[in-house]
Amino acid sequence: MALYSEKVMDHFRNPRNVGVIEDADGVGEVGNAKCGDIMTMYLKIRDERIEDVKFETFGCGSAIASSSMATELIKGRPVSEALQLTNKAVAEALDGLPAYKMHCSVLAEEAIKAALKDYYDKNGIEYDHSVLPDNLGCEECEVD
Amino acid sequence: MDKIMYLYADNAATTRMSRTAIDAMLPYMEEIYGNPSSLYTIGQRAKEALEDARARVAACLGANPSEIIFTSGGSEADNQAIYSAAYTGAKKGKKHIVSTAFEHHAVLHSLKKLEREGFEVTYLDVHEDGLVRLEELKEALREDTALVTVMFANNEIGTVQPIREIGALCRERKIPFHTDAVQAIGHVPVNVVDDNIDMLSLSAHKFHGPKGIGVLFVKRGVRVLNLIEGGAQERGKRAGTENLAAIMGMTAAMEEACAKLEENSRTVTALRERLIDGLLTIPHSALNGSREKRLPGNVNFIFEGIEGESLLLLLDDRGISASSGSACTSGSLDPSHVLLAIGRPHEIAHGSLRLTIDESFTEEAIDYIVENVKEVVTYLRGMSPVWRDLVSGKKQFQL
Repeated sequence: MALYSEKVMDHFRNPRNVGVIEDADGVGEVGNAKCGDIMTMYLKIRDERIEDVKFETFGCGSAIASSSMATELIKGRPVSEALQLTNKAVAEALDGLPAYKMHCSVLAEEAIKAALKDYYDKNGIEYDHSVLPDNLGCEECEVD
Repeated sequence: MDKIMYLYADNAATTRMSRTAIDAMLPYMEEIYGNPSSLYTIGQRAKEALEDARARVAACLGANPSEIIFTSGGSEADNQAIYSAAYTGAKKGKKHIVSTAFEHHAVLHSLKKLEREGFEVTYLDVHEDGLVRLEELKEALREDTALVTVMFANNEIGTVQPIREIGALCRERKIPFHTDAVQAIGHVPVNVVDDNIDMLSLSAHKFHGPKGIGVLFVKRGVRVLNLIEGGAQERGKRAGTENLAAIMGMTAAMEEACAKLEENSRTVTALRERLIDGLLTIPHSALNGSREKRLPGNVNFIFEGIEGESLLLLLDDRGISASSGSACTSGSLDPSHVLLAIGRPHEIAHGSLRLTIDESFTEEAIDYIVENVKEVVTYLRGMSPVWRDLVSGKKQFQL
């Protein structure tokens, strides 16, 4: 289907790292069912590295593909690197997304940040609030 | 299931052209290509064909040939009907229109434009079953009502309105009545006289005819204004050289659909019922709109906990072409206005699936669809945080 790149379709059809981590160190959920997208990220962190990551997504093809790609980009990486992940990097790794689907990659970035924030909060670790603001993923879509 | 079937289940979007329709078009591209407005033989032969087509289309609808205006399709016909009635009414100080909340955008956007120009529009509630209530229509009619426009059958959920009764009510009150019958023609019986219709829009490609051609029926005595100015074609009501090949294809397709209407309707309705029964076995799902008062080929479901676009993409992988009222399939963030109009909450409206079948389907094809929808819905629910919250009891099931 020409709507999406082959990479998006591959990650949509065969999403990597789907599931739940029961004893996760950090969990982040962003999005809004009203808008049609919700992502949940589960992180297992050891020695400041993303030892494991899993996701669940309610959403369109690009939302599922963006979550899948985002988990691949941070799995096994240091937390400091995961913090730097941008939605642009997710979209580029997918060989691009249609303009009106870019918000899916934003959700993926924010889901990871929300999970990292949860990890820091749970463990009383100080962090830069400008990088991890309190209102992550709370952006409301425009619905009547 | 290991064998893939290729099933086009989006006949409300458009249909495959019938052989009859294609064959009816070819002579008007290859041989009789003259301009019907020209006076030499090849032009006059085209003119004869045009008028023959007009008479045949009129006969299918129960109309007079002089009441048929060929247009580029349903949207143009809707626009012309609505603006004509609105501006004609406004001259007499009538600037109120009655419609429904779930019309096609060709109607809704025309009404929105009129609202910006100072018209007032009452949008009738279509209730959970997708049907207007005559009592509510009666209450909405006013002295200054210039037009009532209610679609014959809804394009998304397929519900068929009590058009004859609505028409009778309008006639009693001497208010022009327009119906967008794009989804109805060729699928349910339509007769402009019996159904008390003043204006009707239709489009050929919804009944195995070509795209880009349609009709506006305007009852004699009802005023119609031009959208397109130019030559004197269509009795001066629609300028532009007639798309004769398409008109001939439409005419052939319409005659075929009308002749086979009863037989097709019986076959397709039985298949539709089998499809609905099959999909209802999926837990936390529901049919949208009245089961009885709906088009023979329309099935529209919602499945809690999943999003429609991913459902469509995975069904496409399995050979099934379908559509959804999900926001993600439209490029906007809002799900289908039709599903919202029948009271489905936003979060559930995203998980809708429309399957529109035709007479080419078999029971085997229906069973293939049911099995594949089941598998895909189960798979998507398995990765959905919304579904997880519903199953764990954190959120309440709504279906």
